[in-house]
Amino acid sequence: MQESPKYWKGIEELESSPEFVKGAFSEFADFLPVKESHGSSDAAVAPRRDFLKLMGFGIAAATLASCETPVRKAIPYLNKPEEVDPGIANFYASTYFTGTDYNSVLVKTREGRPIKLEGNPESPITRGGLSARAQASVLSLYDKGRLQHFAIKGKKAATDQVDQEIRTKLAGVTGRIAIVSPTIISPSTKKVIAEFASRYPNTEHVMYDANSQSALLRANGGVLPSYDFSKAAVIVSLGADFLGTWLSPVEYARQYITNRKVSADKKTMSRHFQFETALSLTGSNADVRVPVKPSEMGATALALYNGVVGSGAASSAQLKKAADELKAAGSRGLVVSGSNDVAVQTLVAAINQAIGSAAVDVASPSMLRQGDDARMLRLVNDMNAGTVGAVIFYHANPAYDHPLADKVKTGVAKVALSISLNDRLDETTSLCTYACPDHNYLESWNDYEPKRGFLSLSQPTISPLFATRQAQDSLLTWAGNPQSYYNYLRASWRGLLGGNFQAGWDKAVHDGVAVGSLSPAPVAQAAPAMSTDQAIAAINSAPKGSGIELALYEKVGVGVGSCEANNPWLQELPDPVSKATWGNYVAVPRKMAVAKEWEQGDVLKVTANGKSIELPVLIQPGQANDTVSIAIGYGREMAGKVGDKTGANAYPLAVVRDNAVIFANTVTLEKTGAQSPIAQTQTHHTIMDRKPVVQESTLAKYIENPKEVTEYDKIATPEGLEKPNKVSLWQDYEYKNHHWGMVIDLNSCIGCGSCVVGCQVENNVAVVGKQEVINRREMHWLRIDRYYSSDASKEDFAEKGKLATYAAMEDPSENPSVIFQPMLCQHCNHAPCETVCPVLATTHSSEGLNQMTYNRCVGTRYCANNCPYKVRRFNWFSYYSNEKFEDVNGHMFTDLGRMVLNPDVTVRARGVMEKCSFCVQRIQLGKLEAKKQKRRPKDGEVVTACAQSCPTQAIVFGDMRDPESQISKIMRREDGERGFHVLDAINVQPNITYLTKIRNTETEVRNA
Amino acid sequence: MNSIRLRPLSHFFLALFLTFAAVGNSTAQQADAAPVATAPAASKDGVTPGSTAAAAPAAAAGATTGDAAAISAGNALFAQNCAQCHAINDVVVGPALKDIHKRRPISWLIPWIKNSSKLVASGDEYAVKIFNQYQKQQMPSFQLSDAEITSIISYVAAESDKPAQATAGGATGDNAGKVDGQDAGATAGAGTGSSTIDILLIVLVVVLLVLVVTLVIIANIMKDVLRGRKDLDGRDVEQLESRFDLGKIYRSPVVRGLALGLFVLVVLYESVQGVMAIGLAQGYQPTQPIAFSHKLHAGENQINCSYCHTSVYKSKSANIPSANICMNCHSQIKTESPEIKKIYRAIERKQPIQWVRIHNLPDLAYFNHSQHTQVGGIECQTCHGPIQNMEVVYQYSPLTMGWCINCHRETPLNTKGNGYYNNLVKLHDKANGAAPFTVSSNGGTECSKCHY
Repeated sequence: MQESPKYWKGIEELESSPEFVKGAFSEFADFLPVKESHGSSDAAVAPRRDFLKLMGFGIAAATLASCETPVRKAIPYLNKPEEVDPGIANFYASTYFTGTDYNSVLVKTREGRPIKLEGNPESPITRGGLSARAQASVLSLYDKGRLQHFAIKGKKAATDQVDQEIRTKLAGVTGRIAIVSPTIISPSTKKVIAEFASRYPNTEHVMYDANSQSALLRANGGVLPSYDFSKAAVIVSLGADFLGTWLSPVEYARQYITNRKVSADKKTMSRHFQFETALSLTGSNADVRVPVKPSEMGATALALYNGVVGSGAASSAQLKKAADELKAAGSRGLVVSGSNDVAVQTLVAAINQAIGSAAVDVASPSMLRQGDDARMLRLVNDMNAGTVGAVIFYHANPAYDHPLADKVKTGVAKVALSISLNDRLDETTSLCTYACPDHNYLESWNDYEPKRGFLSLSQPTISPLFATRQAQDSLLTWAGNPQSYYNYLRASWRGLLGGNFQAGWDKAVHDGVAVGSLSPAPVAQAAPAMSTDQAIAAINSAPKGSGIELALYEKVGVGVGSCEANNPWLQELPDPVSKATWGNYVAVPRKMAVAKEWEQGDVLKVTANGKSIELPVLIQPGQANDTVSIAIGYGREMAGKVGDKTGANAYPLAVVRDNAVIFANTVTLEKTGAQSPIAQTQTHHTIMDRKPVVQESTLAKYIENPKEVTEYDKIATPEGLEKPNKVSLWQDYEYKNHHWGMVIDLNSCIGCGSCVVGCQVENNVAVVGKQEVINRREMHWLRIDRYYSSDASKEDFAEKGKLATYAAMEDPSENPSVIFQPMLCQHCNHAPCETVCPVLATTHSSEGLNQMTYNRCVGTRYCANNCPYKVRRFNWFSYYSNEKFEDVNGHMFTDLGRMVLNPDVTVRARGVMEKCSFCVQRIQLGKLEAKKQKRRPKDGEVVTACAQSCPTQAIVFGDMRDPESQISKIMRREDGERGFHVLDAINVQPNITYLTKIRNTETEVRNA
Repeated sequence: MNSIRLRPLSHFFLALFLTFAAVGNSTAQQADAAPVATAPAASKDGVTPGSTAAAAPAAAAGATTGDAAAISAGNALFAQNCAQCHAINDVVVGPALKDIHKRRPISWLIPWIKNSSKLVASGDEYAVKIFNQYQKQQMPSFQLSDAEITSIISYVAAESDKPAQATAGGATGDNAGKVDGQDAGATAGAGTGSSTIDILLIVLVVVLLVLVVTLVIIANIMKDVLRGRKDLDGRDVEQLESRFDLGKIYRSPVVRGLALGLFVLVVLYESVQGVMAIGLAQGYQPTQPIAFSHKLHAGENQINCSYCHTSVYKSKSANIPSANICMNCHSQIKTESPEIKKIYRAIERKQPIQWVRIHNLPDLAYFNHSQHTQVGGIECQTCHGPIQNMEVVYQYSPLTMGWCINCHRETPLNTKGNGYYNNLVKLHDKANGAAPFTVSSNGGTECSKCHY
């Protein structure tokens, strides 16, 4: 029998706090402040007369309404574009990059409106995967918070007037001109900036990244190596969250997972060590995770270096193991670090070089981070010194996201000419004289080179919604070049495509990607900023950490807080690990919370650098002792209705040391006595007995006998123990046509949340806001359950005795292993919800779907009560018209925002139940296309939104009646090995099969 | 809808009849359902997708043939694609096509038909000449295969060889005539159906009135005769002189009861009908901003529905034609008409034409045209009624869920030649034998087929 770790869903469950126990026994929280929105005082008075009045009025209104139906208009195109047919979606290849992660995308448009983004399978980099941020970015196009016209000092101004004034002022500028931007990976944009610089010779282009990697650049002589995790059998990450936020997470996740998937044919896995402070998405997927204080990161890197290269003794067993395995793996090893300390990055590069890692490629380097902290800091000082004559901010918002934001603010005031090309009147733009808003990327032409030799394009998929102008066009205009950026772009590609340019260009635009490079020839790699010896000396002389250390980190959702901050889908996307939405918090280890008597939700005053912010406490298992973590990207002041005042801005807490921005500091924490609840989506659905819910085993056991890794429930019958489906009250369905099903590989799921947002976009799922999440009324059809597991296990019975072991299993684990489980409607064949619906609003289809018919539903909620998986969501409000939700769900309120809605999916009304439909609109479309072509649908043609967006292909959807489909093959292969149904014993026979998670751990390493 | 047409005249009679027959709703529903079942037989002039494509390969690409199959395929293709602008002997929008195969080689014609503007742009002398000669009116490009074009030319060649007189009433005419005749017959049938009943009722009423008058006259004559007799006793006289007492009838409980019952029934029937009709827009016939006549375009001129409703075979929406589609013909035809001028004005002002939407399905119901036309092979008229006879379009079908479901229950699936259904048909036949394989037996009445 395998070990069965005890899982708990949150600290509350572990502690069995009275509140939790109460909540655990009721599906719906007892106090449901529905009345709150009415604010009426006469709720207590029986409004009989009101009722009669209303009824009378209602009958009269109905009678009147029946006399005349409103006249509706059908307005066709005046001149229909040839490729647009109403009702048929068109896909255009494009590229998402806003200074953080890169995604090659396909834009799904309906009647000329982009409504959804999908991964571009042609891309050699992201290979059809898509991050949650890219998924959500389509909503930023329809963001009401965008600046809709050119402005002078915040007041609307004509484009011509702005151009004229800017050109006059640029001609007479004294001092330097600075263009400030985050990383730009567009070769043609860089050419435009170069052209601008040649027209105004004093121009300097300063790039800085809010979450800086300049140390990595400096340690590698100015180039950012590109990594290939698929070539690594041993991965050691020193604080690099490469599956969540570091450099190119979608690309890395795809590479990483190729060595993590197991099957009967491939019983090998990579080994992943993670040394980090906060429990990150990557850390929760690691085989061995070691909590490390930020100040110890240098020592850890040094110990690892000594372990691999030198002969120093490793300070811990895990470090020794990591070093030994790296050495043994040789070129199949890889070390990465997210640190912005040059010394650490130098050692990391030295280790990779020493083992000759094949996963590091300096020849075709990544372009995704080019920011240089030192130059930005110099610019901030120069602005304050008054030597800068003009500054142009291009998608840069240093007044918010730079640690020296205060100095930026005073500096900009001293610059004679300040121009912002940002898309909204944000913290920086509001300081500038001129605002010349850029198009959204879905309205623009542009090119991208995320990695040398790999190009991609973006193309406009909608006419500009507002009176904005593409930033490159603005720069060209001011540089006196009358060419449009589109022609400029084509001209710069002319050399690359050669011969038949038009054909090559058409193909590149169609595919969205191309091979070749448009960047200038690489200068010989400069010498690293410091030698290994210098790095060792620097680490040895670094000050030892003292007091409570702070680590700043980036979240998978809102990232560095640029345009993502005003995106409600990302604000409501639960953090993969903490499951918190809407705002940041101070993540503290359990030990500290107990010692200081803090409870979850207590507001702390966090002080560092003489600045302080106030945030609530969240107790985070896995957080390194004596450290706290705070996410950046929150606390915007001028992002828009959604992002403003959500959380607090943690950038000012970062340290500027040795010309680098370091996301670590020493802080003092002080309890304010205030309370601020954290909107977490988990700990809400707790009725399940979780043992048969999620299963895991180790690689060693899997190799030994794959049939033993999964525990199957058996029930007692007169004939002995049998599979639960041998006994049933219900008749089985016969599926003649299709039988749709899904397989979710828990080994491949990294918990990134891309599917959650993908589902939300596809199915018009409403955003409910912080208070409603706290009220447990979030609407996500697909959630990712995260389970922490304890280190104690039943194996200790003999040694420690049962009682002591059970007590130990209840003990909070400092460093739990984590498992992610996407949970959605299981489309049970014997669905408990179907049998209790009094109005037959939820029924079973002949293709295995559990159908939900909104217009039949009367809202008894019996189905939700009877669902063992808690996947049904109830519409407590009209989220599309109740003014309470206007801020958070505003896109359903305005004509502008509604353009993003999927026209094939109903927007649900108040009082009805909803849930995952297996993307029935896609199933119907796929079948229809096949019927039109007089054939059966091919496997892979019908894909749900979640399966499609998954960067690691953890979700496989298909027809289980088709014996040749991928899903049928997986199910045949994994039957009796890793395949299991959640809560098999209750015999609801789900159409979703999960595959047991396999960890590449060895007990001695884990327990060490 | 027949019942709609009946209503204005014979409303009261019908109501009376129904009340007495006490069948109420069920009769009305039968009346609703009947046309659905009969319509496919009544109209045949919708297009059958794929039929021409199947016929086309009969002609070998590259040379015109006298092959009868090729000519008939060409005939169909010509009617579908060319007849809007071309005739054999007359100039319509484009030139007359008589002897085109003698004037131009087929190697020139194929690229011309596929993409005329390309040929003009390439500077081809003849192409430029034709283009200029016909007011620089561009011939639209056609996605036809070489074989299909060849069969069209074969057809034109065959037509050219016929004497001018004969061609006028040639194959197209025949075809049109046949279809027209059928339609005219069918609609006349429907028309006579309703008017015969009206006339019959009027005649009956007249006959009744005549009878009543005759009876009164006879009674009076008889009274006079009796009054002349002297041998009547007192009782007879009393009876003879007794006056018709209205008050007595008025006071009679039986009559009162009957009248009251009748009144209640009529009111009840009317209210039930009224309530059931809330939200229904059957017969809705709004005035459109432009007096476009489907009767003229689809009926008389035989323009294929999908010529204007371009996406009816491929999309969820049939597509209301944009003004540029009107301009394909009306840049040349009837340019002086005040109605057509409205289109010109819309184009000049860049303001799209705002048609009044007739068929309003609630947002919660998903309907896809292509599923029904392309896959199901349903005629447009099945749901839209005799559109080719409508001067102004009205909503023919009730568009209620009951109406949808009924059709899904009764209509056999169009499985012929569709690989999607092969195995399903076998399974169905094995399990159900002779029972028809209807839409609903394939899950076509499940909720999430239309609601999601």
